[in-house]
Amino acid sequence: MAELKYYIIRRILTFLPTLIGLTLITFVVSMLVPGNPARLWAGGIKASPEVIEAVKKRYHLDEPLYMQYYYYLRNLLRGDLGVSPLTHRPVITDIMSYFPATVELAIFAELLVILMGIPLGIISALKRDSVIDHAVRVFSLIGVSVPVFWLGLMLQWLFYYYLGWLPAGGRGPAPPRIYTKLYVLDSLLCGRWDLFWSNVAHIILPAFTLAYIGVGMVARVTRSSVLDVLSSDFVIFLNVKGLSRLSVLRHVIKNALVPIVTILGLEFGGLLGGAVITETIFFWPGIGRYAVQGINSLDFPAIMGVTVLIGLIYIIVNLAVDLLYAVIDPRVRL
Amino acid sequence: MRGGDEILRIEGLCVYFYTYAGVVRAVEDLNLTIYRGETFALVGETGCGKSVTMRAVLRLVPPPGRIVKGRIIFDGVDLLKLPEKEMRKIRGSKISMVFQDPNTALDPLYTAGYQTTETILAHRKVSKKSAWQRALELFKVVEIPEPKRRLRAYPHELSGGMKQRVVTSIALSLNPKLLIADEPTTALDVTIQAQILELLRDLQRKYGVTLVMITHNMGVVADMADRVAVMYAGSVVEVADVYELFGNPLHPYTKGLLRAIPSLTSRNERLQSIPGTVPNMIRPPPGCKFHPRCEYAMDVCKRERPRMIDMGKGHLVACHLYS
Ligand SMILES: Nc1ncnc2c1ncn2[C@@H]1O[C@H](COP(=O)(O)OP(=O)(O)OP(=O)(O)O)[C@@H](O)[C@H]1O
Ligand SMILES: [Mg+2]
Repeated sequence: MAELKYYIIRRILTFLPTLIGLTLITFVVSMLVPGNPARLWAGGIKASPEVIEAVKKRYHLDEPLYMQYYYYLRNLLRGDLGVSPLTHRPVITDIMSYFPATVELAIFAELLVILMGIPLGIISALKRDSVIDHAVRVFSLIGVSVPVFWLGLMLQWLFYYYLGWLPAGGRGPAPPRIYTKLYVLDSLLCGRWDLFWSNVAHIILPAFTLAYIGVGMVARVTRSSVLDVLSSDFVIFLNVKGLSRLSVLRHVIKNALVPIVTILGLEFGGLLGGAVITETIFFWPGIGRYAVQGINSLDFPAIMGVTVLIGLIYIIVNLAVDLLYAVIDPRVRL
Repeated sequence: MRGGDEILRIEGLCVYFYTYAGVVRAVEDLNLTIYRGETFALVGETGCGKSVTMRAVLRLVPPPGRIVKGRIIFDGVDLLKLPEKEMRKIRGSKISMVFQDPNTALDPLYTAGYQTTETILAHRKVSKKSAWQRALELFKVVEIPEPKRRLRAYPHELSGGMKQRVVTSIALSLNPKLLIADEPTTALDVTIQAQILELLRDLQRKYGVTLVMITHNMGVVADMADRVAVMYAGSVVEVADVYELFGNPLHPYTKGLLRAIPSLTSRNERLQSIPGTVPNMIRPPPGCKFHPRCEYAMDVCKRERPRMIDMGKGHLVACHLYS
């Protein structure tokens, strides 16, 4: 256990430079973008010069870039991501209010990826060249070749406009008491089945849209991984031992999962990083929407806040993937 | 040993691989009888079908291979007629097998002990605890040092020789009647090879298990086997008592094989090749498959496949020279 603690600390320390590099790059890029942020933040073309000056002072916009970066980093280390000149709220508060929606959507999408992608991959490997195998292949191909916005719009059209089964978009109703900020879960915790179903109905289309590419990809990787394992010598020996078909399959699947863990992890990181297009199509009030809004209005603190958040997510996901590896594969040493 | 009751009889076995290039006749019309308690060696050049034959006995021929014809009578039962579920009961418990490369034979994600006990639990209704007890005993039997600790070791924590001992203990865990060892030492260091062979010989003596050794190594044959079968291009061409075979080889191919080894005492010499090449198994030569490489080839050899002839004392040979 002590080993584990040191490992995690070591990993976090090695990620600090990454994080600094990340903030530096976004900082520089955001400064290179044309536009006059001081004026914009002060209220646009009509803003008076005095107000613009005040804004410049307040956000250190009149100081050299390296000083601005210094202030930013200093605040960041204190957990202060700055104040959004647009919403006049601390960026951290904004993020906290947008992020849970994204987390909820990402969890649902990831569940779909796992619960559909892995079984589909296993079946197509076991029933190689069967109708199912070909169907899964086509499904995956569609996943990588159809643009997300088109898929989202088509689903919206079909289930909302044509069939009328599901809402067009937006997040479901908030449950009376908030525990985790994940509405589906909170509805359950409140014992409100009506809210639970309503929230599921709201989340299912965006989650599926988001998951679609991942399902196909994971199915393909699982298939080839299972086939790989099936042809290895130890599977022959498992059969020689006279194990039941099911027991042999358990060995095969566990071995096949090792490479899939990485993909699932990166996939989840990507999902958390904000699904800009999906969130936009389905009016999902998540971090992707917040980022777009920030970019459109040159809201640097917001842009950088989201960037740092995404960087952190990748760091954590990477760490989690490595730890998970160590759990399933005894050959992996931390 | 000879004349004792037979444990395995293979009759007219054909195993074909249906590949894109054509049908590979890996095993064709193969006949073989193995007696209870003996150590039987199967020798022949690489690709002649030794492994495929013995895997057919377990009905584990890898795709695209298929057992096309034949009978495999084990302990009075035709294995090829059994439903798959019954066959699984025989695998591991009545017939077992160890492979050439112990490094790839074990599942890397499970401990040696787990992989041993799961075999026991698959066949016997015993508690987990007594299965682990049995596994510990087995590890002692195959002379694994510190067996308690080794039970909890993962394959990557064991050396090659140790892994082969684990594999052997798994193969022996249910006291099988027939143990097939497919080149069990080829992948190991020379000193470890000798130890593993010694172990197999001991176990064979102690438990009276019938041992079928597939090997390239004539030294091992001379050392361990009671009887030998020589395979060529998918069929058995000669079977005899080990002394008889070395002293009085009849088939020209066997003679070539024996000439090719420098001395019987050097264990590590692999078979040197005999002039000519192994025949194409998709379109094998007509008649005797060895005739293109045979210095005694006659006209009849090109037309007719020779039948197995009993030359007395259980010495069988498939060659027109003796008909
Ligand atoms: N998976 C496969 N696909 C196609 N042909 C195969 C396959 N496995 C085996 N064969 C064919 O079966 C023949 C016999 O193979 P086998 O492995 O039994 O040889 P072997 O006598 O055990 O050789 P070695 O001494 O190298 O182990 C080979 O010549 C090969 O052409
Ligand atoms: Mg072989």
